[in-house]
Formats: sequence, C-alpha cells, structure tokens
Amino acid sequence: MPVEIDVDHVARLARLALSEEERERFRLQLGLILEHAERVREVAAADVPPTAQPVPQKNVFRDDDAPWECLTQDEALAGAPEAEDGRFKVPRIVEGE
Amino acid sequence: MTELCDLPGHELGRRFRSGEASALDAVESCLRRIEAVDGRVKAFLERTDDAARRAARAVDERFGRGEDLPPAAGIPLALKDVLATKGIPTTCGSKILRTYVPPYDCTPWARLREDGAILLGKTNCDEFAMGSSTENSAYFPTRNPWNPDTVPGGSSGGSAAAVAAGEAVWALGTDTGGSVRQPGALCGVVALKPTYGLISRYGLIAFASSLDHVGTFTRDVRDCAALLSVIAGKDPLDATSLSTERRDYTADLDGGLDGLRIGVVRDWLGEGVEPGVKAAVESSIDRLASLGAHIGEASLPHTDYALSAYYLIAPAECSSNLARYDGVRYGHRTADATDVVEMNMRTRGEGFGDEVKRRIILGTYSLSAGYYDAYYGQAQKVRTLVIRDFAQAYERFDLLLGPTSPTTAFRLGEKAEDPLAMYLSDIFTIPSDLAGNPAISVPCGLDEKGLPVGLQLMGRHLDEATVLRAAHAFEQDLGFSARPPLLEEASA
Amino acid sequence: MTEVEAVIGLECHVELSTRTKMFCGCPNEFGGDPNTRVCPVCLGHPGSLPVPNRQAIEYTMKIALALGSEIARSSLFHRKNYFYPDMPKNYQISQYDLPIGTGGHLDIDVGGETRRIRMNRVHLEEDTGKTIHAGTTGRIAEADYALEDYNRAGVPLVEVVSEPDVRSPEEARAYLVELRALLEALDVSDVRMEEGSLRCDANVSVRTVGAEELGTKVEVKNMNSIRSVERAVRYEVERQREALDRGQALVQETRHWDEGRGVTSPLRSKEYAFDYRYFPEPDLPPVEPDEEWIEKLRAELPELPAERRRRFVEEYGLEPAMARLVGGAGSWADFFEEAVRLGADPRPAANWMTGDLAALLREHDVDLRSSKVTPAHVAEITALVSDGTISTTGAKQALAAVFADGRGVREVVEDEGLAQISDTSALGAIVEQVVADNPGPVEQFRGGKEGVIGFLVGQVMKASKGAANPQEAQRLLRERLTADPQAG
Ligand SMILES: [Mg+2]
Ligand SMILES: [Zn+2]
Repeated sequence: MPVEIDVDHVARLARLALSEEERERFRLQLGLILEHAERVREVAAADVPPTAQPVPQKNVFRDDDAPWECLTQDEALAGAPEAEDGRFKVPRIVEGE
Repeated sequence: MTELCDLPGHELGRRFRSGEASALDAVESCLRRIEAVDGRVKAFLERTDDAARRAARAVDERFGRGEDLPPAAGIPLALKDVLATKGIPTTCGSKILRTYVPPYDCTPWARLREDGAILLGKTNCDEFAMGSSTENSAYFPTRNPWNPDTVPGGSSGGSAAAVAAGEAVWALGTDTGGSVRQPGALCGVVALKPTYGLISRYGLIAFASSLDHVGTFTRDVRDCAALLSVIAGKDPLDATSLSTERRDYTADLDGGLDGLRIGVVRDWLGEGVEPGVKAAVESSIDRLASLGAHIGEASLPHTDYALSAYYLIAPAECSSNLARYDGVRYGHRTADATDVVEMNMRTRGEGFGDEVKRRIILGTYSLSAGYYDAYYGQAQKVRTLVIRDFAQAYERFDLLLGPTSPTTAFRLGEKAEDPLAMYLSDIFTIPSDLAGNPAISVPCGLDEKGLPVGLQLMGRHLDEATVLRAAHAFEQDLGFSARPPLLEEASA
Repeated sequence: MTEVEAVIGLECHVELSTRTKMFCGCPNEFGGDPNTRVCPVCLGHPGSLPVPNRQAIEYTMKIALALGSEIARSSLFHRKNYFYPDMPKNYQISQYDLPIGTGGHLDIDVGGETRRIRMNRVHLEEDTGKTIHAGTTGRIAEADYALEDYNRAGVPLVEVVSEPDVRSPEEARAYLVELRALLEALDVSDVRMEEGSLRCDANVSVRTVGAEELGTKVEVKNMNSIRSVERAVRYEVERQREALDRGQALVQETRHWDEGRGVTSPLRSKEYAFDYRYFPEPDLPPVEPDEEWIEKLRAELPELPAERRRRFVEEYGLEPAMARLVGGAGSWADFFEEAVRLGADPRPAANWMTGDLAALLREHDVDLRSSKVTPAHVAEITALVSDGTISTTGAKQALAAVFADGRGVREVVEDEGLAQISDTSALGAIVEQVVADNPGPVEQFRGGKEGVIGFLVGQVMKASKGAANPQEAQRLLRERLTADPQAG
C-alpha cells in the first residue's frame, strides 16, 4: 500500500516552498513511488554489504603544496544576488536557525 | 550532397589536413544547419557563434603553419548545459541558474579546448538532468529530428538531437540513469557511457554523485573512440576519478567480433518492449552471430530491483547536491524576503521545476530521521546485488546485449503526467549506472514508424576497448545510413 | 539540599595549521580581505568537487595517536545536511559513525592528583565561513541582515570529543590546558582561542552523587578562552543545581555563554536541527590507513607534555609543581631546555622563568615567544648570579632591563653598574662607615645579640646601593667587630 509522507515537514527540512496543489500531488505520487521503491527490502538481506561507489577506491588525497590561485573578490561576488563590503548579503538570520 | 556538418569528425579531420576544407568551413556549415533546423529542433539553450568562428580561425592558422594538431582540432561540438563552461552561462535547464556564469571550466571541456575542439554552444536538457524526455527543461522542450512531434529522449536530449540533426559533429552529455544512451537511441546516434570514474566529473553539475557519468554523442563509433581518447583519464580535481592513463581508443577498433562471447540479457526482450524494438534487436543478434560472435543467454536477475534502488539513491543524493541553490551566492533569489529561511524556501520554490521538487522531497524524506536504513541503506545493498549480477555474467561473457530503451521516441506529453511510466523508460540503462560498467548504444535500425532503435552493448569495468571494437564491427556491417527526414528538407 | 555532582563532556574544535584548506588548494590563513581566499570548491559552486588534503588526514591521525585513540582501518566522510548561509553547500563534509579515531584518554592534573578523562572520538571535518549579523544593536535577534565571508570555509577542523568524565570547572580548565599543550607539542594547530583556532563547547549536566544515569544534558556554546569555559561551566553547574533544589525540571537545550554578563541563556532551539540526514559523502573514497602508514606517524610523534614533565623532574630535579609550570606549554618547555643547553642551572632557570619572567610577561601582556628575553639571557643571568658577579637584586634589575630592550645581560650589568662589590678594600671602607654610623647596634652585637648582624649587613647593602656581596659584607663585619674590641 502507498506510503504516507508528511510533505509539509519534509518540505520544511528541504527549505522548499510548495503550493497547496503541489503538496497534495506530491503526497500521492511519492506515496506510489515509495511503495514501488520499498521492494528493495525483499532482496536486501542482512549479509549483503552496501555499495557506495560503483568502482571501489581508497586513500585518494591531495598533497598540501603551495596554495593555488584564488578567485578575486569581484569574481567571487560576481553572481551574488546581493553583496556589501566584499561580503555576500542575506536577510536577517533568526536566532538559532 | 552531404554537407560538412553531416560528416563524422574523423572525415573532417582528414579534410582539414588535406586542405579540402577548413575548420571555419565546418563551423559555418554547422551554424547554417542550426539556422535551418533549430527553430524546430530547439537543441540549443546558448550559442557561441562568434567565439566558435574565432577559435576556428585560430585552428586553421595552425593547420596553415603545418602544425600537427590532435584529432579533436577544429571539430565543432556542443555541451549539455549541466557542464560548467567558464564565462558562458550554464543553467542546467533550470530557472534557478538562469543568471549563473561559472568561473571555471569542467575538465572534459578544458581538455577538448586544449586540443583545439570548437564549442558551438550549450544544449537543452531536463532540469538538472532529471528526466527522460527533455520536457522537464525550464525553458522549452527539444524535439526529435526524426519526428518533431516526439521527444528526443533525455535528459541529454539537446546534445543527442544536435548531433542527429547535423547541428554539431560531437556532443557531450551526462548519464545518471540512462541520460546519454536513451536519447542516443531515440535520436539514432552513437552514445557511450564509459566506466564510472574514467571521465572526470569535475564541472559536471551534480545530480546524483555516485551515479553521474559524462558520456559522448557521435556520428559513428570511430568518432566515439576519438572523443573518449581526449576526455578519459585521471583528474586530480576529482577524487573518484580512476588512476588510468590517457590512451588512444581508436587504435584497436578493427579487431572484429571473432570469438567474442556476447550474452543476450534474458527478459530484456519480453513484455513492455515494443515490437519494433524487439525486431531490430533480434536481427542485430543474428548479424553479430554471422560476424563470428558466440551468442548465449545471460541473466541480470535484479534488474527490476535496480530501478527501485535507483529511485532511492538518486533522489537522496540529489536532495543534498541541490541544497546549495539557496539564493545566497549565485543564481535566483526571491524578492523581499524578511528572513533567511523564508528567502531560501521561496527562492527554491520559485526556482525549481516540478520533477526536481518531487525528487528533492523524495530524497529528503528517504534520508530523514529513521528512514536511512529502510531506504538509502537498503538501496545500496541492492546496488551490491546488481554489481554481483554483472560480475557473474562477465564470467561467461565478454559483453552483454539488450535494447537501450524499451521504446522508440514517444510523443511529447505522452508520459509527462505519469512519473512512474517515465521512469520505466530507463529500466535497461539504470543497471550499468548502478554498477558503473561501460555501455554503448548504437543505431540498429528503424521501427515501423521510421524511428531509430538503439542496440546496447555492455562491457566489464574499464573494458571500453572491447565495447567499442564490437560496436564498430556491428556498425560497419550494418551500414546504418538513414537520416532524419528533416535533414532532406533542410539540405533541399 | 541533595548532594549533586557535575557531569561534563567537552567537545573541542581544532583548526589545523595546514598550508591549504581541507578540500581545495586555497590558502589556510587567518583573516584577509573578505572572500579573497576562495575558489569554486570552497564557495560551493555547482560542479566543483572536494579532494582531501593528505596533511590534514595525517595531523588528525597524529592527534588520535597522541590521545591513545584507536585508528580506524576504514574511515568515511559523511555529509551533515542542514541549511545555514555560512555553509556554501548547505551540508558540511564531516564524519559520522566511522571517525578516524575512537576512544583514548587524556590525563589531567588537578590539585596535585592525576585524573584520567576518556576520549569518545577524534574526527575530521571542514570549517564554515563567518557571519556578521549587521544591524543597529548588534544583537543577533535584532539584526537587520547578515553578511557572509567564506575565507574560513573549508579550513580543516578536527573535533576532539571527551566522554562525560569531567567533574568540575577546575577539571574543565585543566583538560583544556593539557589538550592545548598536547596540540602545541604536535605542532598541528595555532591553538589560539581568541582567533578561534581552538574552540570548545561543553555538555553539562548534574546528578545526585553516586547516581548511574546522567541528568538532563545542556550544551553550552560561545566560550572564547579557557577562562571563559571555566566560568561558563561553573555558572551552568550552579544554575542546574539551584533549579534542582527548587524542584524545577531541566530541559535539554543549547545555551549561549554571555562573557560580559557572565550568564548562559537559551538559544531558541532550531526547529529541525536534529535531523541532519547523514549519508556517506559520495564524492570521497574511504580513508584506509595500513599498518605501515600508522606506524610511520606514531614514530613521528614528538615527546608529549606529560612525558616531558616527568623527564624534567628526573633529569633536572625540578619539583613536580615547577615541572608542570615550565612544561605546561611546549613553548615554555622548549625555552627552558634551550636555556639549560646553554649552561643554565635547571632549578634557578625554572625559578627565574616562572617567577620574575612570568610576572613581567603577565604585566606587559606579551607571550613568551614574542618577548625580547631569550634562553641565552636566562642562562647568562643564572651564571652571573651563581658566580657572584651579580646579586639576586641585581639580577632582577638586569632581567627587567633585558625584557625592555633585549640587550645582552653583561652589557646591562656594565651599563647599570649592577656588578657586586666583593673586593675587600672597597667593601672594607663601607663596613668601616657603617660601624661608625651605628654605635648602638654595634654594641648590641658585641653584647651577644647575634641577630643584629642582619641589620648591619642591610646597612652595608643600602650604602652600596645593593651592589655589595652580602656574604662578603657579613664576613668583613664579623671580622671587624670581633677581632679588635677596643677599636672605634
Ligand atoms: Mg563538528
Ligand atoms: Zn577554495
């Protein structure tokens, strides 16, 4: 049976404003998709190890050499919707957020 | 007569060197074709005509000085708009990045530019590569040159259509669930998704990091090998790129099929597969046998579960990868929000399209408190099972074979309202993305509607050579020469 | 009132002093014009990818080894997902259930006795950018907007988490002092709390003595010095004790330490802050050190503060308390051993350092490394005192002068005429004068009041402006007063 999702809660977690219509549609669609997806449990036995990377690798590092060339302040701020004194400007941050 | 823009890159290269044609001629030919057909195909989001002309002249000068330039020199190409290009808008087909201009180049393009390849522009795609029809672009849908009422497939539909329509000679796309091979099949071009980690992902704007691959679109397999030779190989900027040397994949194309063991994947020609697709693939199997391949039956029992695993892993990674689009550093920001949370929420609500929102919600949910083990964790186990399926199959076979897509190009809007149905069109391509093994789609005929069918050949990790060798032999013998009707009009 | 004890766990963040950042090649330096030490990677630009800094991994393993932690044979980076504008990707690359180091311990010394604080974990993550809450009042709650600088974003940050074994504010201080000394000895961080290269949060709860289960845990943040950690913990323990006495229930929360007002106050708890949606970072392969690599790093470990202090006691015969003072910080221990190498008498050298020198440093608020006084100076001073060239008083003046302008000690002694007068003729004259000027005391001495000699020596010192050698002065006085009673 379809999975029940608290879309409001999840949308808040994802910082995603949804319309009433979107919330309802996603609730139904995602319920069905998850019902289908849950089939993974039928075969994912305890003795099967998970795979994170299709081609396993390990210990891939950078040497801590001389620093590379950085962007200039102008380049860094080029795409900023708003900036001030060389910094990215954002609306007030509510305490604790 | 065929125009320069309809020739494969290796033939153009020959003419550049013999003086029969110049890089500028090739670029102008592509630009004329774009002018002629792109109003209907709509493959391009951004064009760089002037830069392309300048680059072509520079290459011609070097040829003029008798310099010995690499095979990519002077070849006009297009890049899917999820590949970062310095100073050139890169939108991922999304409104949230409408204004975004990257301060750096993705590694594959950096290497191609280094070799003298010429960028014609950025091609349309499903928003953030999420889709199988290019209808999810925030800007406009791209049409299939073989029939403008149908989709080119996706998400790399713009790149596939551009190569099919002669608007570009080469193109790059990205394949996370089939987004290179499926549009390649639907547009009748050669499309390769190599081993995970063979081509750097640096500058590939992430959808699902552990599944994202850069892939190629070309006219023929020789070009595919040539293009791969330029962009494959270790990149220090991508920790997941494999330590492999640069090599020339065109060197051993002509080995033929003799003695090659090819396993036809059981159940991949069963229900859900269109008759036209089934027929073309089956005759391809006979052709391969007649060319000396040993054909047997292979099985990938977890294929259905692979699809389920994919729709847990990809959205989970996407929900995290797309968190950076918050209206702070670049891209869209909503107007007059009173605090940062409201700003984030409205910016993302306005900037993302339907499919992207759906997957962000799905992925956020499947990772959220208490669900990780039930979903992402389990899906990663299924991933192990899929890899084991392939490993077992490759004990008996050198290559595996099946259709690239269960259908040929479908009509615009046909699946737009039904996500699950749309997801099913990737059922044969997703397993190789989960397992990371190389897979190619080569045209193997037309269905009764006159739409191209793709034959998929899959190989062992890092065994691109065998995949290309077999695809080349098949292609040579088949001599697929049909062209989109649109082109006859265009050149008429 | 019920007898309660404090249960404290400390969570320290240490910025590593690598040349470049954790996942990109940008310089890892404090300060700089805003957003000038950034690149597509640490600005979280679409398509950019992280590549780990080997040096940062090795520093982390060294810290873990120095704390006796178990080094994971397979360790993973995870993504910690939450939105905050100082985080360019809106997830922090951190570690979760497979950190580089687990377990271990740090021995601290409180009031002469040693306590063992167990470690929970040592893990590696990336730092965030810096937010300025701009507005009329400067209080976050009333800010009109905020400004982001990402120069610090992506700086390698090691998280050292203790078990809740700390029992008092004093122990919290001792723990931080010891941890800072350890990090300084390893030379993996600037460990400057004022600059934020060492930061500490405290998890504080109280429970009735002997109780097994822990009380309600409160996380205290925003302490920017070891002293403020001690103060904040003391305040918080008291607050909780009083609440319990008043029968109030405590809430699990995060509280903000206000240095100025000396109180902690609750931060409005972030609605979904607890749900970080951790999952393995798909852009980074696992870290799997082999035996060889781990042993190589173990072999590179320097002598750690505890061992070094033990050696100071054995090798230089310092009192344990004195060894703790000189060996407290690596810079002091190095200074001390250098002075000894240059011929200083260990005990006097230690005394001068922890006495007068420490006082001067405190008074002028400079730290040892940046002061003009060198180990050579201290060596010279102890030498000149022991060979009698200068008196202790002279030495104090000499040290003050050296501290002021860094001149050589002998030069100072010359210029300021601090050398002691030991030759009999010069001193004899002064003695004669003192005897003449103090008939009373002289009589008392002759009458058997031995103690008066001290007063007379004092007079000689006074008359010689401290330049007389007191031993010599006393010898001459006795000679003069006993030899010939008639005279005078
Ligand atoms: Mg942390
Ligand atoms: Zn950087």
